[in-house]
Amino acid sequence: MGHSHNTIAFHQDKCDGCGECMTVCAGAKSGTADTLHSRLKIVPSIAANDSFELALCRQCGDPKCVLNCPSGSLTKNHKTGVVPWDAEKCVDCLLCTVGCAYGGITYNAAAGHVMKCDMCDGDPACVKSCPTGALEYNRSAEIYNNYGELEDLFVPGLAACQGCNSELLIRHTMRKIGSNAVVATPPGCIAGMGTVGFNGKTGSKIPVFHPLLTNTASMLAGAKRYYNRIGRDVTMVALAGDGGTVDAGFQSLSGAAERGEQMLYICVDNEGYMNTGMQRSGSTSFGSWTSTTPVGETLHGKTQDAKNMPVIMMMHNCEYVATASLAFMDDYYEKLDKALAAAKRGMAYLHVYSPCPTGWRIPSESTNEVCRKAVETNFVTLWEFAPDEGLRFTHSTDDPLPVEEYLNLSGKYRHLDDAQLTHIENSVERKVAFLNGFMLATSDDGAESLAQ
Amino acid sequence: MEQTKYLIAGCSHAALSALNSIRMLDQDGSLTLVTKDDHLPYSPTVLPYIVSGQSKPEKVKLRDDEFFAQNKVNFISGAGLSTLDVDNNSVTLQNGQEWQYEKLLLATGAAPAIPPIPGLTDTPYHVLRTMDDAVNLHAALESAKSAVVLGGGLIGMHAAENLIKVGVQVTIVEMRPQVLPGYFDAEAAKIIEQTFIENGVAMRIGNTVVGAAPDGEGAKVSLDSGDEITADLLLVCTGVAPVISYLEDGPVETDQGILVNDCMATNIANIWAAGDVAQAVNFYSGEKSVGGILPAAVEQGRIAGMSMINDPAINPYPGGVPLNTYGFFGNQAISVGVSDENALPKDTEVLLNVNEEEMTYQKILIGEGCLLGISGINTDFDPGIMWQLVLQRVDLEPVKEEFLSNPTDTGRDLMSRTWR
Repeated sequence: MGHSHNTIAFHQDKCDGCGECMTVCAGAKSGTADTLHSRLKIVPSIAANDSFELALCRQCGDPKCVLNCPSGSLTKNHKTGVVPWDAEKCVDCLLCTVGCAYGGITYNAAAGHVMKCDMCDGDPACVKSCPTGALEYNRSAEIYNNYGELEDLFVPGLAACQGCNSELLIRHTMRKIGSNAVVATPPGCIAGMGTVGFNGKTGSKIPVFHPLLTNTASMLAGAKRYYNRIGRDVTMVALAGDGGTVDAGFQSLSGAAERGEQMLYICVDNEGYMNTGMQRSGSTSFGSWTSTTPVGETLHGKTQDAKNMPVIMMMHNCEYVATASLAFMDDYYEKLDKALAAAKRGMAYLHVYSPCPTGWRIPSESTNEVCRKAVETNFVTLWEFAPDEGLRFTHSTDDPLPVEEYLNLSGKYRHLDDAQLTHIENSVERKVAFLNGFMLATSDDGAESLAQ
Repeated sequence: MEQTKYLIAGCSHAALSALNSIRMLDQDGSLTLVTKDDHLPYSPTVLPYIVSGQSKPEKVKLRDDEFFAQNKVNFISGAGLSTLDVDNNSVTLQNGQEWQYEKLLLATGAAPAIPPIPGLTDTPYHVLRTMDDAVNLHAALESAKSAVVLGGGLIGMHAAENLIKVGVQVTIVEMRPQVLPGYFDAEAAKIIEQTFIENGVAMRIGNTVVGAAPDGEGAKVSLDSGDEITADLLLVCTGVAPVISYLEDGPVETDQGILVNDCMATNIANIWAAGDVAQAVNFYSGEKSVGGILPAAVEQGRIAGMSMINDPAINPYPGGVPLNTYGFFGNQAISVGVSDENALPKDTEVLLNVNEEEMTYQKILIGEGCLLGISGINTDFDPGIMWQLVLQRVDLEPVKEEFLSNPTDTGRDLMSRTWR
């Protein structure tokens, strides 16, 4: 299996050209503040005022500098992903610089040899120094490498639709949790795609059962109490849809949370009853087309806002509540870690926004892009809450993209008129403002900013 | 007869680059690499550094047995191609082995072209193309106090510098009116020549050698000027010619080198050619010419490999562009594309910046808004970015002022935008 590599990402829209990264790089690599020695170069953009571009080694998968090197001093380390440069073997011929179209390996006249980024052994100094977050060390690759090695606890060939975000989610999640678990998949896509099995065969390699739409949390609570009584520490996991959580399953979940039952409850929110023919649910967003909120002469999609389920769960004495999106996999894994720890003490609730290519009418290859745009427009906010730590955003809500950039990706919003769009824009703003208020009131960070 | 899916003849940059492309899509297809050399793969470019002792033969290998094992490459050294039978898709090697291939890449490189100088064949002389040449020349330096280098091209200049650095008195004889023609114009060449003179190299530019003869252990050469130069060592670096002798009288079309199309395919099915042996299209003229530069070999090898494996991501060869990075006595000379505007239309814009005291030189040539060439000594620009600006005919009109005053940052800006 191929190996993935962490990368340094450049968010051009956040770069203000301060140059701190270059100073820090020169210091870390050459012991001087002279940016001449920096391995990365920020250059002003001629196309747009106050905009900047970056020249930095991209640690190419198939690096031309390496193929151009006549002395064997450049190689590709397929384990770390870095293209290291060996000064010992280099003959200073500069042919590597001919091979690089990015200005990633350059001649340093002061030092008399070429220089390039080596990713600081996986802890890049430039990223840590960037005050605006324009440079980001993306560790997603580590996740794929680490968890890719673990056993997939579902059978191959689950009958999910092409591009299904939920299948990606459950395979990642159960690899991470491992086999010492009992999984409940109430009616919905996750059960429907075959995780509970078909023709007398199971669809997973761990105990999995199929509760009613209404009693997932109570059944897990009972199973957990039994295991506790016989002295076995087994993790209870619900992989439920929004219908089984927000609507029909709400009463049993609310009760279990209030009693502090120990489980990890994951709501995979695809904003409707997608498995049974795309009916609306309490989690369907305003304006959405569904088969029960059709678009015609009088009706133009759903006329109510979605229930804000994770906020409701925050008020339920849970040990941990968080929202997640698989476009931000590293964020999801961090939250999964915390949720698993919390599930030993009581209720841990994860709400994962999960676009549905079939029901939302999005091309199957765009699922992840829809996930990402939802967060970047603030339509979905990523945050976590724990009783003693309060609420904390894990993805900044500052400077969001226009919400249309998210809505335009899905066919279910194609009919929206201006009034509906304004309604959605307002409700996105209101939801963010509400969470901000909550953050300020509950967290240490918030208390500090209130004091100022 | 042995069978292999891919047969690659040669094992330097073009061959290794093709190997890389093939293994991207076919990890298991049998692949055989044959070379006339007795060494693990190395680059001819590195040889001057072996001569000077700055590097060692064992340090400069480009691939090793572990790489070949990991990549399932059957590496046969010491056995170049002897004959080719295109009807049977088979070759005979110099060691007598017969191999049948499904796809064959000819990356057999070039060998020194020895000029027809009267007496030269009877005179002991060195060339510098193989590792053995370099090791021999390095050994010869122990007793040599003086050397004559014929040819002021890249190899000759490199070799001369490395010789003088180890204390050998060197004379360079170049028949043409300047050193490094094709990469630098006369003015830039002058700066380079001057540096060599300051460092003690005797330069005989514009002189033709009319005769050579043995002189004790060494050699004596006579110039058209009437002068005679004697030296312990004679090094002939007057250019190279593609190694195509094994194709003689065969159906593979050749001219100076093996003629290839824009996917590096020859006129015969299942046979490709790349690198110094290939005669591929030139970016500017559209004519086919032999190149002999390393980055072109890498590029041609990559395309040949992709074509051999039917890689759908293949882009045709855009054509050869002169490229050169040349370090001399601590200075850096770089050229990308055309360096001499005399070969270009009259309306070509020329921006020249020379500072003799600082020993900097920069020339930028722009035609129809696009970069045609940039060359410089001790000036700053990224040659890889410039090469792409040339190849992609990026419109520089909107940024021309900035580009001319700061090609480095402007180039980085353009490429960062293009590649984001």
